[in-house]
Amino acid sequence: MTRTDPTDVPRPDARLHFGVFFQGVNHWTIWSDPSSGSQIDPASFLRVARTAERGLFDAFFLGDGLRLRESEGGIHELDVAGRPDSITQLSALAAATERIGLVSTSNTTFNEPGDLARRLAGLDLLSEGRAGWNVVTTHNAWTGENFRRGGFLDHADRYRRAEEFLAVARAVWNGWAEDSVAGSVEARSWSVPGAVGRVRSRGAQFDVDLTPTLPRSAQGHPVIFQAGDSGDGREFGARNADVIFSAHGTDFDDALAFAEDIRRRLRAAGRAEDALRILPGTEIVIGATEKEAEEKARWVRLSQVTPAVALGIASRLWGIDLSGRDADGPLPAEDPVVARDKGTFGTRWVEDPREVVARWRAKAGANGWSLREAVIELGPQQRGHVGTPAGLAEKFARFVRHGAVDGFNVTPYLVPDGLDDIVELLVPELQERGVYRTSYTGTTLREHLELAPAV
Amino acid sequence: MPRPALRLAVEIDGDGAHPAAWRRAAHSPGELLTPRRQARVAAVAENAGFTLVTLDDSILPPGSGADPVGRIGAVERAAFVAASTSVLGVAPVLATTYAEPFHVSSQLASLDHVSAGRAAWVVGVEDDPAAARAWGRPPVEGSAARAREARDGLRVVRDLWDSWEDDAVIRSVATSRYLDRSRLHTVDFTGETYSVRGPSIVPRPPQGRPVVLAPAGLVPADLVDVALVGGATPAETGEAAAAATSGEGASPLAFAEIEVALDTPGGTARERIADLERYAPWTARPDRLRYTGPAAGLVSLLSELNGRVDGVRLRPLVLDEDLAVLSRLVLPELFVRRIAARPLPGTTLRTALGLARPLSRFTTEGAAALAREETR
Repeated sequence: MTRTDPTDVPRPDARLHFGVFFQGVNHWTIWSDPSSGSQIDPASFLRVARTAERGLFDAFFLGDGLRLRESEGGIHELDVAGRPDSITQLSALAAATERIGLVSTSNTTFNEPGDLARRLAGLDLLSEGRAGWNVVTTHNAWTGENFRRGGFLDHADRYRRAEEFLAVARAVWNGWAEDSVAGSVEARSWSVPGAVGRVRSRGAQFDVDLTPTLPRSAQGHPVIFQAGDSGDGREFGARNADVIFSAHGTDFDDALAFAEDIRRRLRAAGRAEDALRILPGTEIVIGATEKEAEEKARWVRLSQVTPAVALGIASRLWGIDLSGRDADGPLPAEDPVVARDKGTFGTRWVEDPREVVARWRAKAGANGWSLREAVIELGPQQRGHVGTPAGLAEKFARFVRHGAVDGFNVTPYLVPDGLDDIVELLVPELQERGVYRTSYTGTTLREHLELAPAV
Repeated sequence: MPRPALRLAVEIDGDGAHPAAWRRAAHSPGELLTPRRQARVAAVAENAGFTLVTLDDSILPPGSGADPVGRIGAVERAAFVAASTSVLGVAPVLATTYAEPFHVSSQLASLDHVSAGRAAWVVGVEDDPAAARAWGRPPVEGSAARAREARDGLRVVRDLWDSWEDDAVIRSVATSRYLDRSRLHTVDFTGETYSVRGPSIVPRPPQGRPVVLAPAGLVPADLVDVALVGGATPAETGEAAAAATSGEGASPLAFAEIEVALDTPGGTARERIADLERYAPWTARPDRLRYTGPAAGLVSLLSELNGRVDGVRLRPLVLDEDLAVLSRLVLPELFVRRIAARPLPGTTLRTALGLARPLSRFTTEGAAALAREETR
């Protein structure tokens, strides 16, 4: 691998930003390994967050899902499930960390803006300007069964609601003018008269009238993250987000094409090209040699896609219960059953299964893959980078200096010590190449991400 | 049955119980909303020997409409405080008048996880119509309807805590199963105004169920661990406690609500109250005791209450002034005289309160125990 001459690239001074995504709830977290810890014990969250902070990461991320996934007519049993409410967990981490950003994934469909904006603002104050909000939407009535509001939203309305939600949230966060709290106990009142504005909003989704309870934080208000990859999702991100948590960070050309698409949308939305950061989610598998890294990656995949996981994924694709089959044998001979969709949620296949199965058969036949190998190679993909610390550092330097990414949101496959290699081996290599900070220079998440002040 | 020594709770919202308490605070007004402030007050309460802090809350800011006072959400403060302490119980106020019970359940279960079993919940009610407008929901009008929403919310929350049995995470490598779905349960709650399916998205809390505190009479007593009672005199308070904790379906414990203003080195209780009354009145309530005077008198009052109630919740006039006196002069005396007990390190809040850890009502054994209770 040749070293990129930093003067030849569009962004010679670019620095890589890392976040860590404590996932829970999927089969990418290997729970079967002896070193795998609790997914709910606060010590696990603290260990990951502190490791990330030691590695000068920008942010620690928590996910969200408002109903347990189901398959085969019952709760899905094979994967990690059960996790804490993210703002509650992050408020605890605010007391136990110093610098790292704390990002909550919170849903705009099953929350109300006055309440959620207030909770996020509280986290932002408790962390002295380190809060972020990953804005997600849901439309299905199945999730709505857990809520008094029920499943009330059309698919097309989910981003409309999210956009209106965000507008109300921003109004709540900006409701207190700068210096709106009395400077001394002798003042006329606790808040400066006239400095706290009431928020009145009547739109298609919300009819709200409230007095915000909190002033702005050290970073103004929480940083907005967005992950939707659909056209609507990208538009929403380009208009509203500070950070896009994308799915395009493995292949350089794909990453660059995505970044350019976002920059186009930013211009169209009247925002500066560098108004947001693009942080694709990625797994990072590190070995001392390329061969060792490849072997480790193979172990990771086989541990993630156990025979039972492979059969579960294939059952959902085929629409047939394949649980008795041999996952390490050939693909099932049957054709997929298309019409079936009885109560399989949170794990559903979106494409036409007949087309998918035909593609799988062709590729498995050509490569001599078993069913399990086909699931690994062709099933739900965990995007990742595999290599030596030096090799990965060269590769990431190229990605960031060409503007294909601004960094990565790392998804550890082991909890809680899955970040150790990255922090101890990869970060120093990146620092040596001048593409990673050597100390925190700011105190807020917005500063870590090199974003413009909040508006 | 004789009651063991008193357990002590203290309300730490804002700067104190008086609406103008911030005027006598030892910090600038804005400091109230900093993490340092939360951690400091919690440390003082924990070191003093309180078993529990409660944190008042509402979607509406405290203070009058034209003069709002800042307030961070109680769950966020409680989680932060839990991570800054090791023995202290933390009890945010949450109302299910408008909030989603599913979220309330997740938040409190998570608070119990982050605190390793020190979480509690003070069941609240949003009775101001402005809260409905802030939530963007139709107002729940009338005390009966608000009590219904409090009751239904509490039922849903408790059932969701029970919806994961304790051993639902099995991590069975041999069968490739992380969970045992037979140990997870839908709650299938259907009330008058909504339904909730479940199960929870958070594994069962370390205490099984976080401790539930509620004003006596607000929600069915059998759903409450600690009834908050009051009266104009110690005798009346004792009667209220006896009423709340005896008979079928009673709450196991009762705590008396006491407002306290103590003599401090910087001024007597009367002087300090008079100072604050220049700004706002501190209206007495018939359902709370109020003690004003020297520390020794409060020790006598609590001594008188010992045996009649299981604990007290103190509401200090000004936290920065009264907590110091409580720490130095009141609590040490109570502990020496065995009028009150401090929590032991490494125990859950339930243990500190002498409450058993409940089985999930959905376990085979839990269902049997429930059936026994119902037929008793």
